[in-house]
Amino acid sequence: MRKTVQNLKVIANLRLNDDHHILRLQSADKLEQIHPGQFANLLVENSSTVFLRRPFSIYSVDYTLNTISVYIKIIGEGTRALSKAVVGSEIDTMFPLGNKFTLPTEKEKILLVGGGSGVASLMSLAQSLHEKSNEVAILIGARSSKDLVELDEFSKYGTVYTTTEDGTQGVKGYVTNHPVLDLELSTFQRVYSCGPEPMMKAVAKKAKEKSIFCELSLENTMACGFGVCLCCITKTIDGHKCVCTDGPVFNINILQWEI
Amino acid sequence: MGDLTVHIHNLKLKNPVLTASGTFGYGLEYDDFIDVSRLGGIVVKGTTIHPRQGNDYPRMAETASGMLNSVGLQNKGAKYFATDIYPKLLKYDTNILVNVSGSTIEEYIACAEIINELDHIPGIELNISCPNVKEGGMAFGTSCASIEAVVSAVRKVYHKTMVVKLSPNVTDIGELARSAEASGADSLSLINTLMGMAIDAESRRPILATITGGLSGPAVKPIALRQVWEVAKSVKLPIIGMGGIMNATDAIEFFLAGASAIQVGTANYLDPTITLKIIDGIDDYLNRHKYSSIKDIIGGLQV
Repeated sequence: MRKTVQNLKVIANLRLNDDHHILRLQSADKLEQIHPGQFANLLVENSSTVFLRRPFSIYSVDYTLNTISVYIKIIGEGTRALSKAVVGSEIDTMFPLGNKFTLPTEKEKILLVGGGSGVASLMSLAQSLHEKSNEVAILIGARSSKDLVELDEFSKYGTVYTTTEDGTQGVKGYVTNHPVLDLELSTFQRVYSCGPEPMMKAVAKKAKEKSIFCELSLENTMACGFGVCLCCITKTIDGHKCVCTDGPVFNINILQWEI
Repeated sequence: MGDLTVHIHNLKLKNPVLTASGTFGYGLEYDDFIDVSRLGGIVVKGTTIHPRQGNDYPRMAETASGMLNSVGLQNKGAKYFATDIYPKLLKYDTNILVNVSGSTIEEYIACAEIINELDHIPGIELNISCPNVKEGGMAFGTSCASIEAVVSAVRKVYHKTMVVKLSPNVTDIGELARSAEASGADSLSLINTLMGMAIDAESRRPILATITGGLSGPAVKPIALRQVWEVAKSVKLPIIGMGGIMNATDAIEFFLAGASAIQVGTANYLDPTITLKIIDGIDDYLNRHKYSSIKDIIGGLQV
């Protein structure tokens, strides 16, 4: 659908735990197709410290209720203010922004790797892949078990694997310590990942070694979200590209990352 | 409805609201949000004779009521603009100005010559005030001698409306404005961004890859207003004011300080429809105060 900026009504604010929320936002208009990988830029009103909009992956879309959901991890003042949004209030939202994940044309075995709030961009992707009968595995890494949320939701669309740095759930360590991203990696035809940059670099390196198709969703800081401020650039083989419009999804063969 | 038309040299603007270079892309990026033709004009992204990659990431830091940027004039060059972008802009019924920059006087001249050939570009904004490039840019805009050199050189090859964009990072902006006027500028626009920096205390590192950057947003508005007012007292040229304009009231303040038109910059990032709201708000102000024309309030500050 075309990019739009409009007030969306908060119809639910689900508190997952102390610092994770999901906001469900309703448009008065009929939503057209929004693709996995796209994001929304939310305005934080009445804050003396937050000036710019805050970008969030679109977590899920409901075309019957005309709602989009965004997954909010409280990091600073902007995300804290948004996490307190009251049901019935409105949030000034710019969406849908950015490109999309490239989906396979035939059934494939696919691995999704998410870390931290990066899992947000993988939910609608997992759903789409599952609906098209792909075999989906989802590997989620977190600091601790309390940071692993929405696992039941993910498990509707594929097999879920977890790692935690403190060993409180799943395999102890980073996602790269999990067998699915190591010994079993060559059984997958495709890898998608979103999370902290060191994690994505590690995933990209593994995929590159095995020549597996791999796309990453980047999270660079941005001022506009629609390709005019040129602040969120990343280095690619075609020069600097805007994460907000040329991305956020990039193939690892395009990125000029040292991996 | 009041009369919103203003003139900047030979340009007739249907209303006094333009967009600031570097915040509006080529206008095309706004097609989903607004009818760009409703604007008085747009100033497209800073253009140089040679393509520029711009600075490294990170290029932006959010600040109290504003932001720092250090893009460094990333653009694909004047020839690319002429062949690939310009044809797409012909659909717009508004004044399209190109912001022209360079590292040397020769580069300014070469860029202006290419833009001069484009029939539907009625003017340029000469950028002698970019704080984010190592060579040229602001270096040209901070002394009377260098302003005279670059403005008079471009004047010889550029025959349409030439707006000169001034830097606020100077001691006496009135004096520099007079130099630009004496060297052949048709109009002056101000302010470009203010040099600033941001530091991450935890990592003890600068946030921007270039360490310093240009500050914009409502944080700079009082400085911009003061400098527009000083320049208005110093020259006879029409002035295009900008710096932290977020709404119609802010715009009115710039007209009262002496600006004949205004540019909206950073506010476009927060609300891509803000320019149209500002046009409507200016009209509303004129009606409430029973002015028949925007010209009635330009320089109308009561002191």
